[in-house]
Amino acid sequence: MAEPMSQVVASMPRGRFLALMALFLGPSVAVYTLFSIYPLIATMALATYTTDSAGAYAFVGLANFVTLLADSVWSKPFWNAAWNNLIFFAVHMAVQNPIGIALAGLLSLPGIRFKSLYRTAIFLPTMLSVVIVGFSWNLILSPLWGVAEGALKSVGLGGWFAPWLGLPSTALATLALISVWQFVGIPMMLIYAALLNIPDELVDAARVDGLGNFRIFWHIKLPLVLPTIGLVSVLTFVGNFNAFDLIYSVKGALAGPNFASDILGTFFYRTFFGYQLQLGNPTMGAAVATVMFFIILVGVCFYLFVIQRRMRRYAF
Amino acid sequence: MLKQRAETLGVHVILIAYSLIAIGPILLVVMNSFKARKAIFGAPLAPPNADTFSLVGYAKVFHASHVVTYFGNSLIVTLASMVLVLLLGAMAAWALTEYRFRGSTALALFLSIGIMVPIRLGSVAILKMMRAAGLNDTLTALILVYIAQGLPLAIFILSEFIQQIPKDLRDAARCDGVPETRIFFEVIAPLLRPAIATVAVFTIVPIWNDLWFPLILTSSDSTHTITLGVQQFLGQYITDWNAVLAALSMAILPVVAIYVIFSRQLISGLTAGAVK
Repeated sequence: MAEPMSQVVASMPRGRFLALMALFLGPSVAVYTLFSIYPLIATMALATYTTDSAGAYAFVGLANFVTLLADSVWSKPFWNAAWNNLIFFAVHMAVQNPIGIALAGLLSLPGIRFKSLYRTAIFLPTMLSVVIVGFSWNLILSPLWGVAEGALKSVGLGGWFAPWLGLPSTALATLALISVWQFVGIPMMLIYAALLNIPDELVDAARVDGLGNFRIFWHIKLPLVLPTIGLVSVLTFVGNFNAFDLIYSVKGALAGPNFASDILGTFFYRTFFGYQLQLGNPTMGAAVATVMFFIILVGVCFYLFVIQRRMRRYAF
Repeated sequence: MLKQRAETLGVHVILIAYSLIAIGPILLVVMNSFKARKAIFGAPLAPPNADTFSLVGYAKVFHASHVVTYFGNSLIVTLASMVLVLLLGAMAAWALTEYRFRGSTALALFLSIGIMVPIRLGSVAILKMMRAAGLNDTLTALILVYIAQGLPLAIFILSEFIQQIPKDLRDAARCDGVPETRIFFEVIAPLLRPAIATVAVFTIVPIWNDLWFPLILTSSDSTHTITLGVQQFLGQYITDWNAVLAALSMAILPVVAIYVIFSRQLISGLTAGAVK
């Protein structure tokens, strides 16, 4: 990146160059620092305070975190939400990303017509609001309407139907699958773009050697797009551990039945804003947000320092 | 040859099946929103016909909610955020890719934190700040937060685009003595038009669709956005299926229309290597 700067720029007086940089970068850096970085730091700072009913703040060090992780009134719902969040993420990794990879693989085959039509259709749900998607599925899966039940009956599986969103044992998995349905377009698109970048010679050479499409995909293309799969995984992780909208719009802030679908996002919301008779608690809310920040940080660092470093060797 | 044709057919069968899974539920909701209550339950999979066609749900939505206000608010917030994210993002991306100065790499890293760390986690302090500044329950508060949220990824995407612009272009302009600010606004900025679709998908659509910040930063009907408005309307009218289906369709149709119109540019922008 050591390209020589244009002479005109290099010969510019220092003061004018600084003014130019301030003009170009100043507004972005100011808005971003003030409304993104500062609130993050201030939230973490607030997590070390407690507030009384009069609204006065008092410094308590790490006491909020001890309460959150060890006092059973707080720790039980917290660990429940964290565990559910992990399941939510696992469903995405196990279902969304393999389907996305498979669809991208099919779309990148040579000589397939109507590609853009398929891509448009499959990416469409991704563009919609999570609220809309959640409510639509809520109706479709509702025993009142009976669309899902009718569809299963028509293929002879009527007995399989259950009010999945209402049962504690299936609510979370069902919500995760709704989210998978909506966001499968993202891995599909990113991996499709990566597959298009694979040099044709590599694929042609394999074809001359008599390899079929499936083996070309499995042995040649897939290893080459592993870095993109790593990126998709970390994006999924961050998105899942920050999810809120879907659970809130389908199940409300209480994430029922009996907190079976509670994840960290909804737990954070209830802690911060309160629910029913429980009052909101900004300092405990800040503590929950701080823990979520560190969970996301661990995931991102794992990606940057373990996965990406290992994969760069295969990058092309 | 026969084997290859069977294989192609199989691929199409899978792709058609998955496309139906993707658009089926959306189609079902939109279709039933134009039907009378009896037909919604009697034959959910049938398209509306002369007998079953009804707009009663839409009438209810217009009558019972401030849907026009919500829609206007979403339009203002999204358009203002979009213009500012694109303008400020392009200026920053240009400065970071074109000029090297002490601290420019550190600044680029600092700006990229926001790509991975969701701004939502700062909500407690954002609400406190907005209250202190008297911006609580205003569209301005939403716009400021959304600009901060959208900038990091926009700068990243726009930097990738700027790097692909041939260097001769600006150097020729510099030889003619064109000032640096005019080089950006008159030479570079127009060339960034193809990047708009990519930036829009990753930063603008999430703003239109966001539920979280309207939920915590706005409290009155006059500042609700369409996503929050629809969410609250749905909660209140959950038993009125006509109204619920109509409200859902009204939120779905504009996004689908814009998406279908721009999908070609959008997908080519996505696959043009902006995100590798």
